[in-house]
Amino acid sequence: MDELLTVRGLKLQFRSMRGVVKALDGVDISVHDREILGLVGESGCGKTITGLAILGLLQKPQAEITGGEISYRGQDLLAKSDKEMQDLRGREISMVFQDPLASLNPVFQVGHQIEDVVRIHKGVSKRESRDTTLAALAEVGLPATDETMKRYPHQFSGGMRQRVCMAMALACGSPLLIADEPTTALDVTIQAQILNLLLRLREELGVAQVIITHNVGVAAQTCDRIAVMYAGSVVEEGPVVEVLSRPRHPYTIALYECLPHGHTASELRTIPGTVPDLISPPTGCRFHPRCKHVLDVCPTTKPQPAQVADRHWVSCFWATGQDGAASGHEAAP
Amino acid sequence: MSLLQVKDLTVHFHIRRGLGKKSMDTVHAVDDVTFEVVEGETLALVGESGCGKSTAARAVLQLVKPTAGTIRFLDQDLSGLSAGQRRKAMRDAQVVFQDPYSSLDPRLTVHDLVAEPLKAQARMSARELEARVLALLEMVGLGTQHLWRRPHEFSGGQCQRIAIARALALEPKLVVLDEPTSALDVSVQARILVLLDDLQRRLSLTYLFIAHDLAVVESMAHALAVMYLGRIVEQGPAAEIFRAPRHPYTVALLRSSPSPDPEERGTMKVLEGDVPSAVRPPAGCRFHPRCPFRMDVCVAECPQPHAVGERLVACHLPDDFDTSTTGSKVLL
Amino acid sequence: MEVAQTARLADWRVRHQSSIEEARYNVRVFFKDKLAVAGLIIIVFTIVVAFIGPWIAPYPEQGRGESNITERLQAPSSKHLLGTDNYGRDVLSRVIYGARIPLLISFVTTAAIVLIGVPIGGIAGYYGGKFDEVVMRICDVFLAFPSLILAIVFVAFLGPSIRNAMIAIVLSWWPWYTRLVRGMAVSLRERPYIEAAKTMGVRDFTIIGRHILPNSFGPVIVQMTLDIGTVILAAAGLSFIGLGAQPPVADWGLMISEGREYILDQWWIGAFAGLAILILVLAFNLVGDGLRDVLDPRSKR
Repeated sequence: MDELLTVRGLKLQFRSMRGVVKALDGVDISVHDREILGLVGESGCGKTITGLAILGLLQKPQAEITGGEISYRGQDLLAKSDKEMQDLRGREISMVFQDPLASLNPVFQVGHQIEDVVRIHKGVSKRESRDTTLAALAEVGLPATDETMKRYPHQFSGGMRQRVCMAMALACGSPLLIADEPTTALDVTIQAQILNLLLRLREELGVAQVIITHNVGVAAQTCDRIAVMYAGSVVEEGPVVEVLSRPRHPYTIALYECLPHGHTASELRTIPGTVPDLISPPTGCRFHPRCKHVLDVCPTTKPQPAQVADRHWVSCFWATGQDGAASGHEAAP
Repeated sequence: MSLLQVKDLTVHFHIRRGLGKKSMDTVHAVDDVTFEVVEGETLALVGESGCGKSTAARAVLQLVKPTAGTIRFLDQDLSGLSAGQRRKAMRDAQVVFQDPYSSLDPRLTVHDLVAEPLKAQARMSARELEARVLALLEMVGLGTQHLWRRPHEFSGGQCQRIAIARALALEPKLVVLDEPTSALDVSVQARILVLLDDLQRRLSLTYLFIAHDLAVVESMAHALAVMYLGRIVEQGPAAEIFRAPRHPYTVALLRSSPSPDPEERGTMKVLEGDVPSAVRPPAGCRFHPRCPFRMDVCVAECPQPHAVGERLVACHLPDDFDTSTTGSKVLL
Repeated sequence: MEVAQTARLADWRVRHQSSIEEARYNVRVFFKDKLAVAGLIIIVFTIVVAFIGPWIAPYPEQGRGESNITERLQAPSSKHLLGTDNYGRDVLSRVIYGARIPLLISFVTTAAIVLIGVPIGGIAGYYGGKFDEVVMRICDVFLAFPSLILAIVFVAFLGPSIRNAMIAIVLSWWPWYTRLVRGMAVSLRERPYIEAAKTMGVRDFTIIGRHILPNSFGPVIVQMTLDIGTVILAAAGLSFIGLGAQPPVADWGLMISEGREYILDQWWIGAFAGLAILILVLAFNLVGDGLRDVLDPRSKR
């Protein structure tokens, strides 16, 4: 499988009223052809910013990429001009957001909005763009009719609106889709429908995806690989079944133990401390103040990703042994 | 002992669709809802948006006027009371809302926020107030340093603790928790659930827990009532229902919830169709448009809840029918 | 005694630390806006001048209204820095004395407008129903007329005087605030913290006073600062057409009216008064803009 998207050591900061927020501190992720990667973490971990950075959607003067690289099919995205990124968006990489109501223009019919996107990227005639739009609507499970095209966003239910957004994202046939919390605002049964749709898109259209979510269950059920983020970097990455059944990083372990699934409330574990302030983040490993297994080296040096199993990487001195190589210690439960 | 008895509760809203008197629509938010909450236990009302769980909770709190039905709290029928009597009766029922920030007046300090119920219902000197507020804050894991700060200076989890402290100020018997952790991160949610569980044990609290996250419900609830479009479709002991759900909607709801357990990968099921509007609910059984086992009687007649073991199920299907096949498997 | 006092002060500081920090922050934000600060300086300057007028005016008795016919219609000179008017009165002294009435009228009437309009709006918005409907219809009637015309009608009815001009302005302006606050009350009453207050048994009027009104203050304060300028203009306008301050009192609007006949040759009689009005109203507008930046949640942390 070729690598479609590679992000290496991405560092990003942005200016806020109170100071400089070091939002990303070396993010490494990769997405292969036809693969679904889950980018999982709690609020403030930087998962959404990573998605926006890939697409070049961050506000230039305030947000600044201070290191690392993003490459798509071998092309360096950070070196591209605004115009080139604009071309890329939609045609190669598209994005779907959390709130479908906010993503759609309320005064234009949905058919019109999708056709607009198609015409901009493919430069085709009106008739062809209409056909493409109808095909896209059918792909996402909406009735491919004139009636659907003529409707306005508010006339759809939440789940159907999200499908419209996905139709818009796919209409140009982009091989990679980034979905930022695509089902968070939806009801549980509708969420299942949308997740199923994402899986079908990979199956039938070969669309690779990055699903950004705070819901570990969503990642567990739909993703091939999962990357767990904490305070601006990926702490653990690997095949989803492997990472969730044999988590290595203390944060991943602790996070899994917080989940109420299958536990009574009194059995729940909690993570001591709070999410760090990224204006003055902890030195070394950003998780060390809250870590049960903190070692002397942790506050001084930032751990680099090291392989612990087949395609399973962890950034942690305790998990991988202090010298950075996978050690034979007891795997965490 | 049952603390709260709700019988045939019905809440309808009238909304204006357009201009003119003729275009009034009726929102059937809650219809014929009956349930009981046992002292010291947690009853969870579960369902998706529009199912009426929040409205039912608001009716219990007297924030919304019921169109029909009775609510008995601590052996008192709430409908016959005057405003003043009702205020006294409701002292023993308090609420914690979903959004920690909008449930606290941003202009007030933590002290004033937690002291407000005490100022409204009890006569205390300023010093007594401060002492009591501090005691309450300590119960939820906050301290003196937080006393004079404002909500925006705190995290979501801390604000929710403030809201809980406030809810406990009048030493209520019943606490209505309306999605108390939905707006919080997973690790913060765990802390709040542990706190709520601990408080329930220590203070013998009774919870009416509104939620849409089934994992959370599973960890907290003793009893469960599943709602769909204003009606309860299944209710009973939570463990029972989770183990073997009977109503097709309950099955769909449980199977749609994505499990983080890697061993349960691929068990997610999809139920097609959208939640219909509460303005024109379907005739007969409200779930019939989406039900894979729909029969003719389901379209004609609304099923009454009948006992199946320890629970009540509102469905026309025979008791031994296997509903576990509801929903189609997810592609993987 | 000293120790107890310092202890109490320290205690007060602790209790209000949040408000103190917020006030400090707001002041810092406000002072970033140079124009707003300039406006504030002008306003403070005008207030000071109005207070110490009798001591700094070169010809206080002329400021009060005494004529000095022998020196009438003189151009600005070293003896009369801004010239003299048609009665020989020193224009500079008149301008200084003339500051008092606009300031008095604007502060008092704005305060009265707010004290009347805000509570009515809060109650109407919170309760809704019939009371709200009636109040809104009354407001609609008032707001259908241009405020100045309405004020003129009221004064004509009551008789021309400063006091009646103030009453007329209050009667014409209160509906704006009622509508403003009513709108805020309608949106606030749905907020969870209001519902929580009801569950706690807090009485309605306490809810309005403790939650609804304080949370509506932001837009009200901004509106007030901008309105003070408008009220000054309205008062000057009323005086200009003879329905406000009566001669020989020094009032800027009146001075413009008196200078009307002489505008071509002895422009200084009305011009300086007009300039004073312009600068003061501008100052209030600038301060209002500055306040809006401070109170606008978007520019906050």
